[in-house]
Amino acid sequence: MTEKLVIIGNGMAPGRMLEHLIEKAPDRYEVTIFNAEPRVNYDRIMLSPVLSGEKEYEEIIIHGDGWYIKHGITLYKGHRIVAIDRDARTVTSDHGVTETYDKLVIATGSVPFILPVPGKDLPGVITYRDLDDVQAMLLAAQSREKAVVIGGGLLGLEAAAGLAGRGMDVTVLHVMPTLMDRQLDPAAGYLLEKELEGRGIKIICKANTKAIVGNGKVEGIELDDGRIIPATLVVMAVGIRPSVGLAKEAGLAVNRGIVVDQGMQTSDGHIWALGECAEVGGMVYGLVAPLYEMARVAASHLAGERSAAFVHSDTPTKLKVTGIELFSLGDFADGDDREEIVLRDAAAGVYKRVVLKGNRIIGTVLYGETADGAWFNDLKKKETDVSEMRQTLIFGQAFQGGAPLDPMAAVAALPDDAEICGCNGVCKGKIVSTIAGKGLTSLDDVRAHTKASASCGSCTGLVEQLMTLTLGESYSPAAVQPMCGCTDLGHDEVRRLIKAKGLKTIPAVMQELEWKTSCGCAKCRPALNYYLVCDFPDEYADDYQSRFINERVHANIQKDGTYSVVPRMWGGVTNSGELRAIADVVDKFEIPLVKVTGGQRIDLLGIEKEDLPAVWADLGKAGFISGQAYAKGLRTVKTCVGSDWCRFGTQDSTGLGIRIEKFMWGSWTPAKLKMAVSGCPRNCAEATCKDIGVICVDSGFEIHFAGAAGLDIKGTEVLGLVRTEDEALEHIVALTQMYREQARYLERIYKWAKRIGLDEIRRQIMDDTDKRKAFFDRFVFSQKFAQVDPWSERVSGKDKHEFRPMATIGYPQAAE
Amino acid sequence: MTWFAIGNIADIPLRGARCVKTPQGKIAVFRTAENEAFAIEDHCPHKGGPLSQGIVHAKAVTCPLHNWVISLETGRALGADEGAVKTIALRNDDGALFIALESLMMAAE
Ligand SMILES: Cc1cc2nc3c(=O)[nH]c(=O)nc-3n(C[C@H](O)[C@H](O)[C@H](O)COP(=O)(O)OP(=O)(O)OC[C@H]3O[C@@H](n4cnc5c(N)ncnc54)[C@H](O)[C@@H]3O)c2cc1C
Ligand code: SF4
Ligand code: SF4
Ligand code: FES
Repeated sequence: MTEKLVIIGNGMAPGRMLEHLIEKAPDRYEVTIFNAEPRVNYDRIMLSPVLSGEKEYEEIIIHGDGWYIKHGITLYKGHRIVAIDRDARTVTSDHGVTETYDKLVIATGSVPFILPVPGKDLPGVITYRDLDDVQAMLLAAQSREKAVVIGGGLLGLEAAAGLAGRGMDVTVLHVMPTLMDRQLDPAAGYLLEKELEGRGIKIICKANTKAIVGNGKVEGIELDDGRIIPATLVVMAVGIRPSVGLAKEAGLAVNRGIVVDQGMQTSDGHIWALGECAEVGGMVYGLVAPLYEMARVAASHLAGERSAAFVHSDTPTKLKVTGIELFSLGDFADGDDREEIVLRDAAAGVYKRVVLKGNRIIGTVLYGETADGAWFNDLKKKETDVSEMRQTLIFGQAFQGGAPLDPMAAVAALPDDAEICGCNGVCKGKIVSTIAGKGLTSLDDVRAHTKASASCGSCTGLVEQLMTLTLGESYSPAAVQPMCGCTDLGHDEVRRLIKAKGLKTIPAVMQELEWKTSCGCAKCRPALNYYLVCDFPDEYADDYQSRFINERVHANIQKDGTYSVVPRMWGGVTNSGELRAIADVVDKFEIPLVKVTGGQRIDLLGIEKEDLPAVWADLGKAGFISGQAYAKGLRTVKTCVGSDWCRFGTQDSTGLGIRIEKFMWGSWTPAKLKMAVSGCPRNCAEATCKDIGVICVDSGFEIHFAGAAGLDIKGTEVLGLVRTEDEALEHIVALTQMYREQARYLERIYKWAKRIGLDEIRRQIMDDTDKRKAFFDRFVFSQKFAQVDPWSERVSGKDKHEFRPMATIGYPQAAE
Repeated sequence: MTWFAIGNIADIPLRGARCVKTPQGKIAVFRTAENEAFAIEDHCPHKGGPLSQGIVHAKAVTCPLHNWVISLETGRALGADEGAVKTIALRNDDGALFIALESLMMAAE
């Protein structure tokens, strides 16, 4: 009979526990999870890369919805458990769901500590713990105003770097004299401080927060010494407290955390606890490596293996801020019974310190160069006697035994049981044997099979070196993703070479860049065709055989092989004459479905290919041209009714939308381009999820870009504010041209922007007038060749072969 | 088996295709970059997509609906996908194309 297992909290610790449990005892339990956060299990560690923009939330999901379905697990998202009844063996959520359990696991994690100062509840004060916090910070960062981070530890500094990267003016307040004082000594703390200040982050150490000030919302911070630091956003990252309230109320033994034995069992034989909320051997933990160890132990016990026991180990700390190399491990306080070895290289900004006790390493701090971290960790773990190599110890592993200073040598020399991935406890031997045994060739495969580098990612470099060692020359870590199987070159290289070598036809590109196939494939040909159309609008003859069917016949293919037709309706505005013409076409060609699209126009579906030219001819007579609803090109410009009609309107949004659409229709872009113009910030045209959008305001036009509302959902970024309609058009056109020239084929504007960097785009379009004008002029030039209505061309006979069968045979009387 | 004239190879664009209508369904006729011609059913083994609308590369076509790649020579799906369409015998007399059909044609649609 299956037993009922209920889990409170759906963080990283129970997620890992379930993975083990499913492996060990797949059918033993019927699992139900309650999670106060309204989402699945994601990699909390990676919130900082999401904040900085290096990753998307989707990329850090550990278990997607499908995983729960596959394993028959019920997950209550957004349900906080408010009571445990140990006698009845039930838990009850704040939404009133009660569930009985045979076994219960408490994994409620931690809650951020809030300084008990006046003003702590003002709007604009947030903590840094979950995705909601990140989203709140991203929203606040759009203002580009001042932020204060209280707390100069790991979390605070990651938040500060992320916010600074998003354009905020950031000050970090730290109460101790040294940043990350629990992980760094003053020397390394100093180097870190210098580096962060170099990035424009202000740091105030020994800063005691007295109050958060503001009227109705945060306006600043008052320090003990009377200084006031202005801020519109305050992030409190001053530590965490194990979340034990629920357990305490249920009468479980609670100390700093929920007290558990070496098998993760609480004082109640039916209840286990793990993760940051658990206290084992008198310790609570805040890094995932020991939590994963707890997960392993708890899973064993739940599967009936009662012998598994948790063992303490030190976990190295790394700061996940791109470009800062920092490694800290163990205990490095000064002491009479300790010796230390220090190496400094001021010019290179390198600092290394190893602390020894009785000839054994007990602590290490590395700054600026951390490649030997794994080796020091290994020596410490094994309690190796280092007296033999004391003289050269600090120079690292490559120096021992006179080995050459080959960057690979260090990794090659690591023993098989050296831990490479600290988060997941994966050692070198496991990685190497899995690569060889399973024939893995990509980093993603290695992640999937070994879990190495699958959590915080800071060991990715090491894992890649192991792959190079194991696979030899065939693996090159920095290898670019080739465009397709026909070439080893990536999109960016191909684009660069097309320009540099002046290659103006697809065969020329394939010849000069040594394509491996005779005439490409369905991936590279459309891409090359676009690159050439974009770079040589006047000279290049568009190769229709390298376009997808929709762009070849200027209609959208449907699943049954019929087509749909969407005429352009400028800015979503139409009139009785147009509607009448559409109605007549629908009747004449017996069009089965007429539908209003999301882009404010009308879609006619279910048209036979052979009828297309006749349909277009009739639509053309009423003045319609192709809406290019099929194009990797300008699609629609949605508008609201704006100042002409709406009582809130600040500008003529309809007029501007129509103007933009008339200026830009016909242009090809790397991927589809959808726009909108709203007449005021109420945003009825939904401009803030478009590729490019405009929000009209009293003082002008706020230009937005890089939104998404498809597979991904993403609000736009602000490009800048301009005063006049002319300027708005110029900036939008220039931005589009920059995107056309730089993006990879099929790369939407938001992905491109993420790759290039928002600041760089703002610099070229907002700040650099010459650049902007040049982009604008190149767009205008290419429009000369692009603004030809493809429908009327085809009505006049172009590409006739596309719309007629080659022959009709086998009928009693041939139809042609 | 009867040979039916369907037109000249020049009626098809290089790296392109056209279709021939028959009472039993459409047949796709392809012309490769090397000026060879092939005929197969115009019906993708995956979900029936019209192969004549795909992109032609080497001796294969990529289906316009979900990108299966079908060999023009064997009619079989290439790569990881499994499935095949019927190939149709085709004769090329100096550019004049003929396809062979049974009097009772079995083409699917
Ligand atoms: C920004 C950031 C960066 C970090 N970086 C690193 C790093 O580089 N390396 C590292 O090792 N660690 C890092 N950590 C720490 C690591 O993420 C945590 O140690 C780990 O995620 C804790 O896992 P957990 O399962 O114990 O708790 P959590 O992941 O916190 O999960 C607890 C869950 O329980 C839910 N919950 C709480 N109470 C209830 C209730 N009553 N009912 C229902 N649900 C409830 C909460 O909503 C939460 O979703 C970082 C943490 C943060 C926030
Ligand atoms: S966005 Fe503003 S101007 Fe436009 S319709 Fe809505 S409220 Fe009116
Ligand atoms: S949402 Fe999906 S099913 Fe609907 S039209 Fe778009 S692609 Fe097709
Ligand atoms: S129908 Fe051809 S790939 Fe799906």
